[in-house]
Amino acid sequence: MNCRSEALEVSVEGRQVDEAMLALLHTILLHRSTGKFHYKKEGTYSIGTVGTQDIDCDFIDFSFVRVSSDELDRAIRKAVGEFKDAMGNGMDGMGQISLEFYQKKKSRWPFSDECIPWEVWSIKVNVVNLANEQERQICREKVGEKLGEKVINIVEVINRHEYLPKMPTQSEVDNVFDTSLKDVQPYLYKITFQITDTLGTSVSTTMRRLIKDTLAL
Amino acid sequence: MDSDLSPQDKKDLDKFIKFFALKTVQVIVQARLGEKVCTRSLSSPTGSDWFNLAIKDIPEVTHESKKALAGQLPGIERSMCVEISLKTSEGDSMELETWCLEMNEKCDKDIKVSYTVYNRMSLLLKSLLAITRVTPAYKLSRKQGHDYVILYRIYFGEVQLTGLGEGFQTVRVGVVGTPIGTITLSCAYRTNLAFMSTRQFERTAPIMGIIIDHFVERPFGNVGHMHPCNYRLVSPQDEGAYNGVEDSQEVCTTSFSTSPPSQMGVPGKEGGVPQQVPVQPCHGAQAEHRRVSSCPPADHVPATPSTKHPTSSRSVGVKSGSPCGVLETTFTRKVGAFVNKPGTQVTTASLDLPFAAFAPRAYDLEENDPMVQPPESSATSSPLQGSLHSQGSGESGGPAQDDFVMVDFKPAFSKDDLLPMDLGTFYREFQNPPQLTSLTIDVSSQSMAEDLDSLPEKLAVYEKNIDEFDAFVDTLQ
Repeated sequence: MNCRSEALEVSVEGRQVDEAMLALLHTILLHRSTGKFHYKKEGTYSIGTVGTQDIDCDFIDFSFVRVSSDELDRAIRKAVGEFKDAMGNGMDGMGQISLEFYQKKKSRWPFSDECIPWEVWSIKVNVVNLANEQERQICREKVGEKLGEKVINIVEVINRHEYLPKMPTQSEVDNVFDTSLKDVQPYLYKITFQITDTLGTSVSTTMRRLIKDTLAL
Repeated sequence: MDSDLSPQDKKDLDKFIKFFALKTVQVIVQARLGEKVCTRSLSSPTGSDWFNLAIKDIPEVTHESKKALAGQLPGIERSMCVEISLKTSEGDSMELETWCLEMNEKCDKDIKVSYTVYNRMSLLLKSLLAITRVTPAYKLSRKQGHDYVILYRIYFGEVQLTGLGEGFQTVRVGVVGTPIGTITLSCAYRTNLAFMSTRQFERTAPIMGIIIDHFVERPFGNVGHMHPCNYRLVSPQDEGAYNGVEDSQEVCTTSFSTSPPSQMGVPGKEGGVPQQVPVQPCHGAQAEHRRVSSCPPADHVPATPSTKHPTSSRSVGVKSGSPCGVLETTFTRKVGAFVNKPGTQVTTASLDLPFAAFAPRAYDLEENDPMVQPPESSATSSPLQGSLHSQGSGESGGPAQDDFVMVDFKPAFSKDDLLPMDLGTFYREFQNPPQLTSLTIDVSSQSMAEDLDSLPEKLAVYEKNIDEFDAFVDTLQ
């Protein structure tokens, strides 16, 4: 099975990084989250209800919809915050944040479980520095429009209805879904990032992590 | 086509399509209400949340949707459309977007109705939630209220996109394949908002009345109902702000003070400028002059500060003196805001001493002011002005006034023994430069009479030289 990979690219000003990333990640997660499963006898299950909430951005002329789950929001904000810190403050730079949906495949001892991604979203971020308020105002509107286009792209990809993991049985549910949250149930995901400094060389934290995972050290 | 579908599946599919259509309309209309939508996630299902999504049902919208569907379901060549339009306070309306739920003939026979179709419909509704925030109408709907409202209309049948203007864009929200056809959800939105840009932000009277009418009545009749996507009343405060904005454009740099102005002669400082020539006074004074004609010059001090009609500053029109030698002038006086005592009309002819109404302190400067006293070159005689004229600079007040004490104006740190003209004299002379002759009161009032008399002569002269003038005009072309 091939992992589906989608790339998005945005150019934003330093203070817009958080909101732009939140907007795109939450839009993806809205589509990749379901209600909590409640398994009943005979292998049937019922699904909880997913609420939604409108979020207005402060630094971008944009509003987006996210899942009504504070826990999920906190987790995403934490990851975006780490990404922003790694990008540095106010300097021009490039970075990439990846949202990867994976399935766990149980392996026999002594090997640990495999994580097999089935969908990866890579968001390339280009941070620019702007000189004056007028440019910032233009940037607010332009980035808002760009994010709108990205949302349309995301929706287009998702509605191709390509591979989705099969609905799991009760015993397998933790291999497909993140059941740790109390109100919603997103597919198992992880967020990673890598920063490219202005010279273009990449800091290969992800590479190191991949090697580490593969060797299961 | 339906033969492969079991009766239960068919029944389920019809039910799914019906509720999908109803929820689609709810999502679209709620996204255009102008407010942020927020619903809670529930870990335990309530059994009433279709597609596992918390989408509220606004009863009126459900009612309208069911009325439009009239017992039918969206199907092939039976599309369900939600039209979103904008209506301004002036009554102009413009279609912004049309959301279409259509079905085509492409069937997916192998798909499982109760599971896959249902989940994909849920996904499509989530996509709809996301896309409704991205089209241009979303931002417009968030700002609705004063200048315009957003309306919706549901209709069934053929899709009509002609009202969207040229160059409209289409965005596809998504598709769901079913055994009886493929459901597609898309949006066509207007890109040409030219009508909006020229008229949207014109200041008009508040439209509270119209908005209220929308709630109470259905002004559009039975066919093609347009309904407001706005369930809030415009607050009364906004009306006040509107008035204020309107007025502040009319009234420009009027200064407000709580005390009457002490100086008459300095234009622009406190605004107490005598309106000598209608052409010349500062804009603020002129604006007020116009306003006075519409409201009586009664003292009207507003209870609240400048956001409301600032009629606290008012001016009384200037009557030019009659050409009979005696100059009678009324001076305009601007009264500061919140002042209780009315400004009085001051006529020089009615006073024994000029400017007795003013503070004694300012007397020195005022009587030397050529604004209120004609320059020396004037030929008219007026007993009053003659007496004013005789005052040299640096001398003190009126002869009959014993209250005034002569104060020799000595500027600080100046020495007056070296130069024939000391700093004080220099300062005084150049502080009040003589007015241009064309601007002085009597010159203008007199010259008008003279002008009228001399007009026939002048006309005769011009007629004689008409050829010269024509030649001049030709050189310009």
